[in-house]
Amino acid sequence: MSAEDTVTFATWSLIMLWTAIAVYVLAFISYAVDLANRSQASAKAKDREAALVGATGSGSVAVAERPTESEVPQRFVMARIGTTLTWIAFLLHLGAVILRGIGAGRVPWSNMFEFAMTSTLLFTAVYLGALFWKDLRYIGAFMTGLVTVLLGAGAMPSIYVDITPLSDPLKSVWLVIHVFVASLATGFLALSFALSVAQLLQTRREHRIREDESRASKRSILRTLPSAENLEGLAYRFAIIGFIFWTFTLIAGAIWANDAWGRYWGFDTKEVWTFIIWVLYAGYIHARATRGWRGNRSAWLSIVGFVAVLFNFSIVNIFFQGLHAYSGLE
Amino acid sequence: MSYSRSDLDGTDPKRPSDHIDADERGEITSPKLGVVGWLRWGWRQLTSMRTAIVLLLLLAIAAIPGSIFPQRMANPNGVTQWKSDNPDLYPLVDNLQLFDVYQSVWFSAIYLLLFVSLIGCIIPRIKHHAKALRTLPPRTPVRLSRLADYRDEHVAEGDAEAAVDAAQAQLKKQGYRVTRYDGRGAFSVSAERGYARETGNLLFHISLVGVLLSVGLGNQFAYTGQAVITEGETFVNSLLNYSSMNQGRLVGDDALAPYAMTLDSFDVNYVPYGEAGTGQAGDFSANVTITEPDGSTSEDSVRVNHPLHVHNDSVYLLGNGYAPKITVRNADGDVVYSQAVPFLPQDSNLTSLGVVKVTDGMPEQLGMVGFFYPTQSELDTGAMTSIFGDLLNPVLTLNVYEGDLGIDDGTPRSVYTLDPTGMDQLTGGDTGIDSLELSPGDTVDLPNGLGTVTFDDVTPDDADPSTVGYTESVARFASLQVHHDVSALWVLTFAVLGVLGLASAFFIPRRRMWVKATPDGSGGVRLEYAGLARGEDPAIRDVVDKLADSHLSSLSH
Ligand code: HEM
Repeated sequence: MSAEDTVTFATWSLIMLWTAIAVYVLAFISYAVDLANRSQASAKAKDREAALVGATGSGSVAVAERPTESEVPQRFVMARIGTTLTWIAFLLHLGAVILRGIGAGRVPWSNMFEFAMTSTLLFTAVYLGALFWKDLRYIGAFMTGLVTVLLGAGAMPSIYVDITPLSDPLKSVWLVIHVFVASLATGFLALSFALSVAQLLQTRREHRIREDESRASKRSILRTLPSAENLEGLAYRFAIIGFIFWTFTLIAGAIWANDAWGRYWGFDTKEVWTFIIWVLYAGYIHARATRGWRGNRSAWLSIVGFVAVLFNFSIVNIFFQGLHAYSGLE
Repeated sequence: MSYSRSDLDGTDPKRPSDHIDADERGEITSPKLGVVGWLRWGWRQLTSMRTAIVLLLLLAIAAIPGSIFPQRMANPNGVTQWKSDNPDLYPLVDNLQLFDVYQSVWFSAIYLLLFVSLIGCIIPRIKHHAKALRTLPPRTPVRLSRLADYRDEHVAEGDAEAAVDAAQAQLKKQGYRVTRYDGRGAFSVSAERGYARETGNLLFHISLVGVLLSVGLGNQFAYTGQAVITEGETFVNSLLNYSSMNQGRLVGDDALAPYAMTLDSFDVNYVPYGEAGTGQAGDFSANVTITEPDGSTSEDSVRVNHPLHVHNDSVYLLGNGYAPKITVRNADGDVVYSQAVPFLPQDSNLTSLGVVKVTDGMPEQLGMVGFFYPTQSELDTGAMTSIFGDLLNPVLTLNVYEGDLGIDDGTPRSVYTLDPTGMDQLTGGDTGIDSLELSPGDTVDLPNGLGTVTFDDVTPDDADPSTVGYTESVARFASLQVHHDVSALWVLTFAVLGVLGLASAFFIPRRRMWVKATPDGSGGVRLEYAGLARGEDPAIRDVVDKLADSHLSSLSH
């Protein structure tokens, strides 16, 4: 490919990328409005419940009668718009990634900008894929927000780099596998993180309701979300998928390091942080199975784990020295 | 949780006492009196889930400093640099082993404790699970209807025993282990599946031990050496010839296979001017000929990501650079030194630093420190630099020192550094005499009539000067790492087993099913279906329904 073609592809890729970012912002706004509406909707639901309670003559509204997953009102218009916009943004985003790949003549994840671009694409893919399985639109605002921020930061002039040829260590199938799976893992861990945060909030609300039952009918976004226990189960399921992918990332990285650097493990900064994250999630998985740790404590571990993921992705890449100096930044 | 506690039930996996499914009675409170009591209490503490979590978190935290402080193992120069930047803090930080985090007492203590805990935890589980694998599914509960996932059906006419036979066949086909509990006027089949969940969990934890042992043992037998070979030269694989060597405690003297490796040529490509990444070098390839001890030879190459495997050694390409050939003659015109000297690259355009040590043949020993610029250019400050990695305008500059090189007293000295203490500087610096500056083929005089220095042009005779220019005037060297570690394969095997175990531990549901048929006395049959999830199993309700549906439809045929 001629140098001009490369530049053309890179330019169109960038244009699509910024369009995608703009649509992500719109999706985020829709989801945020949806969340605000939910609190409103929960107030209306209260009136309905009150009518029901009157009709059956039963006493108070117990925690268990809160709408559960299946009963969550399905008519969240703004959430639907948000999801549609997320799909549009995703397709634009996908187009940007593909154009970049064609322009570069290789996989588009070999420097920090490209990695940000591709991994956020996978975040969205994982989220949209998960929607087929469960209605998780209540974390749509978080996911689109996270993607917008990471993508926007990644496309900043200080991070953006033009297409350049790969350096020798990157010329490997493991670039394709290792980095792709790492991004996929991160997507699942991001979902898990959002659900763990929701779980903590829900737990607090359930606690308060237990102390004072009148709170059960107070308007709250959380009334339209699953119970803390359900949220925890969901968070856990995403986390274990993420964890398996992460384990695979760790192993694939070691195999690659063995070819490229002459040893499979050398406590390079990035290796250390991959290991730390792995151990934190192992701790989380144990916590989930330990009396006295299930619930809030394990949720905090999941949150700490994901903070470490973000730290690894940003600070470690930019400021820590090591062999993984592939951010493409000087 | 409505179901029975695990230690009441022989086929359930064994869990530490503070596991969420374990019987609460087993909770450790205070130790019984006596040494044995205390020991037992301590052991149970160590092998509890809580301890595992705490140790895992400690391990994560303890690993952090290793990413902040330079580590001796990975980056010894970084440590030296840190020392000169922070001379006051250095002793303290060093005493805390923060430059050797992963060999430190505290880090080792954490992971060793973790593994003791792990082993203590899995051994009883293995024993228990081995037994569970041979145990039949448990007796059908008397009141199935008390289970959460339960369904009750009635068929107007049918044979209860045949109905259970059919259910049994169906469950068996789905991979359940089944057994019959008939009697008291009722027929029932008890089925259990998902033993692989616990098998996978144990396989995963055992693999962790396997990885640790392989790494630990493997290191004792492993060695890593570095060698620098210039184009045209031959390296013989023996301890003496390595520029540095790290070997495990159990590496024998005869561990190194005596093969030889000749660097025939070294390839490199540059991104030309005007393209993205101008000047970026890549596609490095050290083309070598291996000569076996028996004299047979074979050609191969060492490239990044493509190590060369020879005699269980893996040879890696770590770096490369130029080795200008320098010849020194004394005042009489006798050659006192003639070598290709590897110059170590200092930047991406291969501005390189090198040292020449002339030990004999001169009135006094002679040392030279020099820079080599493959494509020399001048900065605004007047200082020289290289602006391209290839040999477009090669220039060598040398500063000459005279005196005692300090190599005769037996102190080991690196061939890449020159300690000028006790030597007289003859050129450059404050001497008022310009540094020597040479292009390939040039010969210049040494100061004080000491003799001459030649920068030999090694362009092959048959090359056409108009096409090659200077590009073949200086030989390249390859810096190779020879690594021998047969345990890597073991580590990989355990790691893969671990992932397989993990996947089966997470995704194989463990569940029990019961189908019970009771004749209602008037030709009809009451059918009960119940399921019990063991551990995370969101699908259990569906599974019971599906079983009931397909069983009922099989009955009606
Ligand atoms: C080297 C440190 C350890 C690591 C990295 C580790 C990792 C893991 C992982 C990833 C799982 C999830 C797999 C599964 O559910 O089957 C797990 C589960 C489990 N681990 Fe560990 N483990 C370690 C040490 C221990 C120790 C010391 C114990 C004993 C106290 C232990 C007991 C368990 C148990 C009982 C489960 C099953 C949890 C459940 O029922 O969901 N592990 N471990």
